[in-house]
Amino acid sequence: MSSEHIYKQYDAELESVRAKVLEMGSLVEQQIVDALESLVKSNTQLAENVIKKDHLVNDLEVQVDEDCSHIIARRQPAASDLRMILMMIKTITDLERIGDEATKIARFAQKTQETDRMWTPRFAEIKTMANMAREMLHMALDAFARSDSAKVLEIAEMDQQLDEHYQMSIRHLITFMLEDPRTISMSLEVLFIAKAIERIGDHAKNISEYVVYMVKGKDVRHISMDEMLDEVRD
Amino acid sequence: MVNTSTPLKAESKNLNFYYSNGHQALKSVSMPIYENKITALIGPSGCGKSTFLRCFNRMHDLYPGNKYEGQIVMHPDNTNILADGVDPIEVRMRISMVFQKPNPFPKTIFENVAYGLRVRDEKNNRVVADKVEEALKGASLWNEVKDRLNDLAFNLSGGQQQRLCIARALATDPEIMLFDEPTSALDPIATANIEELMNELRGKLTILVVTHNMQQAARISDYTAYMYLGEMMEYGDTDTIFTRPVRKETEDYITGKFG
Repeated sequence: MSSEHIYKQYDAELESVRAKVLEMGSLVEQQIVDALESLVKSNTQLAENVIKKDHLVNDLEVQVDEDCSHIIARRQPAASDLRMILMMIKTITDLERIGDEATKIARFAQKTQETDRMWTPRFAEIKTMANMAREMLHMALDAFARSDSAKVLEIAEMDQQLDEHYQMSIRHLITFMLEDPRTISMSLEVLFIAKAIERIGDHAKNISEYVVYMVKGKDVRHISMDEMLDEVRD
Repeated sequence: MVNTSTPLKAESKNLNFYYSNGHQALKSVSMPIYENKITALIGPSGCGKSTFLRCFNRMHDLYPGNKYEGQIVMHPDNTNILADGVDPIEVRMRISMVFQKPNPFPKTIFENVAYGLRVRDEKNNRVVADKVEEALKGASLWNEVKDRLNDLAFNLSGGQQQRLCIARALATDPEIMLFDEPTSALDPIATANIEELMNELRGKLTILVVTHNMQQAARISDYTAYMYLGEMMEYGDTDTIFTRPVRKETEDYITGKFG
């Protein structure tokens, strides 16, 4: 990362696959934005576009996987190179899943056009959550691009907030359903969307954890915030 | 940084080494050698790894003017093998060496392996024959040569010759085996055979290997030491060295970058 390999071609290969991961990341980020927009603005055409574009995300996943396996077979990467390759292989899985979640949201957007949209205000909460999740993904990708391991802390905190938002929206939706059983089917749809957004946050957090592994060689998955703080600072 | 439950077989303590022209090839090298484990020494050409390896069987004594400072202590007896009173021949009985190029003696296969025993004045032919068989089996060569033990060693292939040299080294029951780039003159199959053999010897004797092939170090060793300009830059268990080395110099070397 810092200095160059004696084999210039190796640098070019690593850079190329890294660029593809970032490209996949920004594509996925745009998918979230568009999916949300299609939902809030009842834009079925946009929703359709999101669904159509999912294959681009999938194609990039396949390409990056292939590139990484070539590098492993031909270069036998070690140390930070190895960690970056492993990190990218894992990252694209999370990105691909985020892409799927965005597609899910777009599908719901299409469906909700057909059903009675009796309470648009619910989308305000969804919008806040989606913005948080998108911001987390943006930060995680930025952390990857800059090899910034400290970002994980901020992202983990945002993930907790996002989880709280999710819990809160569940409570709201339950209240709605109790008050008026006619809202049940719509409430469930919104609940699924909230769940999809909450998952996007989890995937973004995963990516920021892989960045720590790439930069520091430390595994910060499945540990408490305090432990994470120690690992990242040290 | 390393497993402390494994007993030490040897230890270099602040080892300095000067060639007769005054060049200091080793600078205060300290490192543990764990018993029945494989320790790999890696580093660019001229870093001192072969010089370090050769200190272990006092090979530098063959040239006048070379000078050691510091200690190499053997365990469990705490003998400093660099001490003045210690006979290099005795040291070489305990610590044997396998070189880069197979160097069998111009003798038969049998006599090559029996050589160390003859030097030790072993007169009992039964004992010699048993030892030779055991050593050849230990070097995974027995099945290939048992029907032609009286052929000249030069008739063997390069990989077989190298295993013969390992058998010759094994015949005297050494405590430590030194390998100085043991496979750099061999093809990939012969290399795999030697590496497999080293893997089998792990657990029975202590191995110290110098290699230019980093993947080889990664494949076969338990511990890896990275040397540069006569200094021990980093020492650690092989998994750590190859996934998250601490020093930037180590990182640059194993990832193939300019320092």
